[in-house]
Amino acid sequence: MAVISNTTTIIDAGAISPATAGSMNLIKSITASSSATITFTHGDSGVIFDDTYDVYVFKFINLHPASANIDFHFQVDTGTNTNFNQPIVSAAGVGYHNEADNASGFTYGTDMSQVGTAFQGLLDNASPTGNDSNGGGSLTFYSPSSDTFVKLFAAKMFGQGHGDYFAAYNTSGYVNTATALTKVRFKYASGNIDSGEIKLYGVKG
Amino acid sequence: MGLISAGATIFDNGVLNHGTMTFIKKLTASSSANLTFVDGASSVVLDGTFKEYMFTFKNIHPASNAVDFQVNFRDGSTAYDAPKIATFFDAFHQENGSDSGLRYDAGGETYDAPGTGVQILSYNLGSENDGNLGGYLKLVNPASTTFQKMYSSDINCQYLNTYSIQSHADGYCNTAAAIDGVQFTFSSGAIAAGDICLYGISG
Repeated sequence: MAVISNTTTIIDAGAISPATAGSMNLIKSITASSSATITFTHGDSGVIFDDTYDVYVFKFINLHPASANIDFHFQVDTGTNTNFNQPIVSAAGVGYHNEADNASGFTYGTDMSQVGTAFQGLLDNASPTGNDSNGGGSLTFYSPSSDTFVKLFAAKMFGQGHGDYFAAYNTSGYVNTATALTKVRFKYASGNIDSGEIKLYGVKG
Repeated sequence: MGLISAGATIFDNGVLNHGTMTFIKKLTASSSANLTFVDGASSVVLDGTFKEYMFTFKNIHPASNAVDFQVNFRDGSTAYDAPKIATFFDAFHQENGSDSGLRYDAGGETYDAPGTGVQILSYNLGSENDGNLGGYLKLVNPASTTFQKMYSSDINCQYLNTYSIQSHADGYCNTAAAIDGVQFTFSSGAIAAGDICLYGISG
């Protein structure tokens, strides 16, 4: 059943339309189950990643890798391309503190900063062996569909990494292209995403 | 009356599934020793209903000068003593422009040591009439009985009445037990005024 008012679709297919819903709306939730990658592509499976919203937020909940001590990262692409090798300029700051309480600090995240086309790090050496270890946080894109500006992103991620350390990863940068982004891919550097959820929200303003 | 579209409930029992950030509870301080959110008490929801919860802080004002704003978590008993491991860093700038910088605070247990003590979120808040702090704390999947409970806070406050300081506290409750209560306090004295709101992020 759909509800249409004055030719505007209010409700259809079990969802309130983005044009009439609240200011922060869930677009798509994907649950990992031994998944090699998780990809959000505009127009596929209900994913919206265009100028419907100015801001898009990915949230990561209880990400757990199949392989221990592994980087979690993302790349993007444009149009119908699927190479996931767009140019990125990024910087990162990392706070860390180990469970033994004999090492802590804040450092520039060299391993998570790049000028290049590699997958962009979000978690570094994440999740040692242990069922309770996991990572989470959020990644925000600003106007990814702009055909004028480079595409700014900012991530605040946190989790267990480098053994029994807690680490908070503050990473930001831009995709150095004026072409609209149409898709975002997430994966670990090696092995599957054993479990966890990635949710995509659109934020209106 | 409810409305169901394609198997999804759009509204029912007077509640509209409208957006994904749901207001749960607002607590207003009035010379309060603490502000505490407990699942199931006073309409607070802090369980598996949402995968992420966010507390927002608005104009939090202390009764005493130079006090730390802090949080602790309840993990199965009535005590707020969940074990934690965290990092804490801040950036600061003095109002007269003479001092500024970025600092990691490894200054002992009060700031970042693992243990069951409070987690500092912002410190040395000034008590002049216009002094206050604002920001948020996110808590991920507190009802999980498998994973550690990640939390992340960003706060700005007036430090010792003369600095703007942004504080970043991030960590995890190192327990597989569910977190069902969150308590905010100052290190000394009451929370004179201010609001803390709890939201659930659905999806």
